[in-house]
Amino acid sequence: MLDRLTQLGKSGTAAIGSLGRASLLFWNSFFWGGPGSAGFGDLIRQLYSVGVRSLSIILVAGFFVGMVLGLQGYTTLVDFGSESALGTLVSLTLLRELGPVVTALLFAGRAGSALTAEIGLMKATEQLSAMEMMGVDPLKRVITPRLWAGILAMPVLALIFSTVGVWGGAFVAIDMLGIDDGAYWGNMQASVEFYEDVIKGVIKSVAFGIVVTWIAVYQGYDSMPTSEGIGKATTQTVVISSLAVLGLDFVLTAVMFGGV
Amino acid sequence: MRMRYIELAVGVFMIMGVIALVLMAFRVSGLTMDDAGETYTVKARFENLGGLTERAKVSMAGVTIGRVTQVYLDTEWYSAVVEMEINKSMSTLTSDTSAAILTAGLLGEKYIGLTVGAEEEYLAEGDWIEDTQSALVLEELIGRFLFNKAEEG
Repeated sequence: MLDRLTQLGKSGTAAIGSLGRASLLFWNSFFWGGPGSAGFGDLIRQLYSVGVRSLSIILVAGFFVGMVLGLQGYTTLVDFGSESALGTLVSLTLLRELGPVVTALLFAGRAGSALTAEIGLMKATEQLSAMEMMGVDPLKRVITPRLWAGILAMPVLALIFSTVGVWGGAFVAIDMLGIDDGAYWGNMQASVEFYEDVIKGVIKSVAFGIVVTWIAVYQGYDSMPTSEGIGKATTQTVVISSLAVLGLDFVLTAVMFGGV
Repeated sequence: MRMRYIELAVGVFMIMGVIALVLMAFRVSGLTMDDAGETYTVKARFENLGGLTERAKVSMAGVTIGRVTQVYLDTEWYSAVVEMEINKSMSTLTSDTSAAILTAGLLGEKYIGLTVGAEEEYLAEGDWIEDTQSALVLEELIGRFLFNKAEEG
């Protein structure tokens, strides 16, 4: 009994401790500058590896999600004779929810895990301690450009996802199901608001970008420097950031769309 | 050579993001540039709004000419007051224009439909639309129908 209690206390303090370390890591690596700090070129290189190389999965996933939304929405809407509202359904679903959320989940799996593994391996091969020996802060040199690349790439990817999805839905609706294309685009334009829907979706995706990248770099930086530890940290990244994205999505939706 | 390729790829990636945002703005949300500042506000008093909310459309003959900006209860008359902004291009609405709360389709959203009258004067900023017709509330209709039936039988 007492053992269990000690165990509980131990895991509790461990969780709080890692939250504290994660916050310190975020604070210390958010700003640029310092000895041996990363430059603009490093940001570009990281944007390439987290952004450009996630593009193919985002394009394919977005197109298929849009097409599925078109088909599923059609079967429901046609019962009410309101299949002309399909454009509204597809675009609002993508812009407000599926665009940011699915992109964040794919981003966690595709880019987040890679970040964790890369930083974890740097730690295991003592590259990070070598940097410290040379008077280079590994946070500023390694973490900062990766953090910012994730924060910048996420909204771009989410926007591309939503755009491709809307055109995927249009392909199904207009070319396959024979909905009038004027009705599809017209109803969409009548009910989608730029600030209310597009910008709020972008705000969501920026928040998800921060959370996913933060968890990924923290897990890598804090991992056990063994092959087993890196594997565990990579799994943790995907699991924790997926759950964090879904939880945060509820909070953000309640705050931004709940009152309307 | 390698770095140059990466720079180009990231540039293309960012441009795709901007194109996506522009498409979202103009193709999907139908944003127009000459939107801001080009409106004037008129008010109308209704007995019952029946689900009309802010941002609802104001239309004439089916064409959207404005939006509802504010909805509140007038505690003096205990009736609903709707403030709507109407595009400046529609500045020739007569002062006896009538407003009705209509429904798009059978189950659709509520919107305000305006119909022009025959007066010589035009509505200006802050004017009231006098002739209004409230929303059809289904429960009231059914209630009235049952009441009439009961009287007959």
